[in-house]
Amino acid sequence: MKTVFIFLSVIFMTNSSYALQLEVCKSCPISTIQDAINQAKDFDTIMVKKGTYKEHDILVNKPLTIIGEDYPVIDGELKGEIITVISDNVTVDGLFIINVGTSYTEDYAAIRVRRSKHFEIKNLVLEKLFFGIYIEKSSYGKVFHNKIIGDAIEEYNSGNGIQLWYSHHIEIEHNYVEHVRDGIYLEFSDDCLIKNNVSALNLRYGLHFMFSNDDIYQDNTFENNGAGVAVMFSKKIKMLNNIFKENWGTASYGLLLKEINDAEIIGNTFEENTIGINIEGSNRIIYKNNNFKNNGWAIKVRGACYTNQFVENNFLYNSFDIAYNSKVNDNVFDGNYWSNYTGYDLDKDGVGDIPYRPVKLFSYIVNRTPETIILLRSMFIDIIDFSEKVSPVFTPDDLLDNHPLTKKVTW
Amino acid sequence: MLKILKYSFFDLMRSRWSYVYFAFYLLLGLVLLFLNNDLSKAVITLMNVIIVLVPLIGTIFGVMYYYNSKEFTELLLAQPLKRSSIFLGQYLGVALSLSISLVLGLGIPFVFYGLFESSAIWDFSLLLITGTFLTLIFTALAFNIALSNENRIKGFGYAILLWLFLAIIYDGLFLMTLIMFEDYPLDKLSLVGTMLNPIDLSRTLILLKLDISALLGYTGAIFKQFFGTSFGLIVSFVMLTVWVVLPVLRIVFKSRKKDF
Amino acid sequence: MVNIENLHKKFGKNQVLSGLDLTINEGGIFAVLGPNGSGKTTLIKSILGMVIPNKGVINVLGENIKKNSNYRHKIDYLPQIANFPSNLKVKELIKMIKDLRKNTNEDQRLIELFKLEPFLDKKLGNLSGGTKQKVNIVLTFMFDSPLIILDEPTTGLDPISLIRLKDLIQAEKAKGKTILITSHIMSFVEEVSDEIVFLLEGKIYFRGSISELKTKTNQPDFEHAIASILTDNHA
Repeated sequence: MKTVFIFLSVIFMTNSSYALQLEVCKSCPISTIQDAINQAKDFDTIMVKKGTYKEHDILVNKPLTIIGEDYPVIDGELKGEIITVISDNVTVDGLFIINVGTSYTEDYAAIRVRRSKHFEIKNLVLEKLFFGIYIEKSSYGKVFHNKIIGDAIEEYNSGNGIQLWYSHHIEIEHNYVEHVRDGIYLEFSDDCLIKNNVSALNLRYGLHFMFSNDDIYQDNTFENNGAGVAVMFSKKIKMLNNIFKENWGTASYGLLLKEINDAEIIGNTFEENTIGINIEGSNRIIYKNNNFKNNGWAIKVRGACYTNQFVENNFLYNSFDIAYNSKVNDNVFDGNYWSNYTGYDLDKDGVGDIPYRPVKLFSYIVNRTPETIILLRSMFIDIIDFSEKVSPVFTPDDLLDNHPLTKKVTW
Repeated sequence: MLKILKYSFFDLMRSRWSYVYFAFYLLLGLVLLFLNNDLSKAVITLMNVIIVLVPLIGTIFGVMYYYNSKEFTELLLAQPLKRSSIFLGQYLGVALSLSISLVLGLGIPFVFYGLFESSAIWDFSLLLITGTFLTLIFTALAFNIALSNENRIKGFGYAILLWLFLAIIYDGLFLMTLIMFEDYPLDKLSLVGTMLNPIDLSRTLILLKLDISALLGYTGAIFKQFFGTSFGLIVSFVMLTVWVVLPVLRIVFKSRKKDF
Repeated sequence: MVNIENLHKKFGKNQVLSGLDLTINEGGIFAVLGPNGSGKTTLIKSILGMVIPNKGVINVLGENIKKNSNYRHKIDYLPQIANFPSNLKVKELIKMIKDLRKNTNEDQRLIELFKLEPFLDKKLGNLSGGTKQKVNIVLTFMFDSPLIILDEPTTGLDPISLIRLKDLIQAEKAKGKTILITSHIMSFVEEVSDEIVFLLEGKIYFRGSISELKTKTNQPDFEHAIASILTDNHA
């Protein structure tokens, strides 16, 4: 009964005579977007024609659809925030927004959605921004197909591309974010879906979670970010089929997990990162069907990580597969493919007959004296690694993959 | 000199040992490709093998050739030829025939396996260049040892010792030094330490290619400059060249003063 | 032809030549004799520039041989032990030496003389000692140089080849060449040489003709004369 009512009311509203379309252009009766909003009634559509509109602090306080034709430019002239949405059911589509003001006290955004529901932010191009799309205490919205090109140089005076704060059930899809501080940032935001985005060349993280639970991010590409993707103090995050690439640097990793519980990390590719996954204080996580390729360290475990499972992953040509800084191991490694495995498979069942020990003594040495990295692949190092393999002294002796595969895992 | 080079080279090209060496690399390439079924992995394994084995073979073969061709050398010495051209010619003959065995022995199986369509081609070329450099360096070092030691047992002993030292012991001492002085800034020391050993130097070149992700995890600014830019590549190649030139100069110098 | 002044050579602690002076005039056959370790080979190698003297000056055909290799164009040298690169064929070795020095057709005649045709396509590693020595002789005599140095030329030769070698030496002498020989075969030395130089402890003990030596030592034959020098000096 309720759905029928909604359906009818939608039909009624779209066909109703007072759902008007207003046009904005330089030579029109309405020449600014703010005027159009002021004159519009609820559920009207505002068409913004091609042109440059020098406006800022545009307040959208009623349910409206604002559509740009051929990407009209909204130039904020660095004076502050440009569009602020405070009503439910607002759609903003097809604008080119530039010159957001920078402030050390206020987080000016190109477009901010505050305490609203059912919004859609799509097909925007944002340049010269401070914060890009800022979703604040809102829910059931969609942010998709936007392109955010920042020019951030320093972390302290730059903002994030897409930021969610106390917002729930938001879908973020097909966005492209580069050169901002954090590409996508979620804080206290649950049940969100982040899908098919590309986040690259950002100063800090490509994607950043803080205190956010039950979120899913999948099929995204995170490339060349200052420090990769960080997931911190969050629960039940699903990380599926993402690509983490070329995050190089001292404190850089594909993925940083800090105080994360009950997550699933499945089907991701970690390629050419200094550290593929850096794990601290994270428990009950399933790592499955991931590719770790050409990383410095595929996985670096920094203590207090319990009952994690690493199964059916491919570890390919990493300088170090696993680094551990403690002697205690409570995690399971089983049925992975390790390109560094040198055992044999006499019974031809595709499983190596001797266990693989992924933690090398040398990774322990490098952890202690970082300069020794220069001796990587030295024959002397191979010899001491071998002796450690035979009788582990410094590395956890129960850290074994008892069923190392002899062929790459496919899924 | 070119004439001596020509004759030494053809002499070696016809000798059993060149074929053994060639066959060895051919086999190594084939076995690695067969076992790994994966070009990139085979290249990595090969790199580990090359930086240890090429110096060993270069040293042994160099010493062996020198002692075996002693009478021939004396025959040449009585001819109107400059000493330096005799020894440089012989040296280049050995070094080139070894290099060609290496390049062909490894190259053929990899080319048949589809190297040219593979992304591993640059890694592989680097591998061959490094291998050639190591051959040039260690053959020269071997000639130096042989020139300074009339007794061939002693000569062989020193040659093996030299290899053992540079391939393994040096790195052990190096590692201990780094750990002992870990409280001090070490990045300069570690780079200098690498430059002083041609095997480490070649290893660095390979690291630059294979493990750049790991190397960039280290904080030191000098490290970063070295490994993060083409600076490291250039310096390494310059140093490798120096490592060829110095022993060769000593061959010239030493041969001028030696009695036969 | 060869002029040596105050030649000193030490191998480690072993003083082999101590202040040797020697002048060899043009033409004739000179034998350098002496007991083992007296410095014969060292002397010859010094002339060839293979041994670098500690002190002294050597002039060959008026040229100081120090840091010089060109004068060796005028020397033919037969080394003591003929060990050649074993992978080379005889033909190739001859061709190579010609390539290194200069072209000549004399080798054809010498090959015929020593009946080496059947061996031309064999590898040097497969030849007997005597055959190798014949090849050695061919390599030495095929160039027409004014100074010929022969270190133990008779080693391994059969009687016929020995006769041919002697003929060859005489023929070269007839051309007015200077020939320097060392040998342990006294009869051979006595037969071919015009003048002998006897080395003892790094110095020239005697220089002159064989008959002068016999007179000096009061011995009827050459072999005994040599023996008496050695016994006198070691007594």
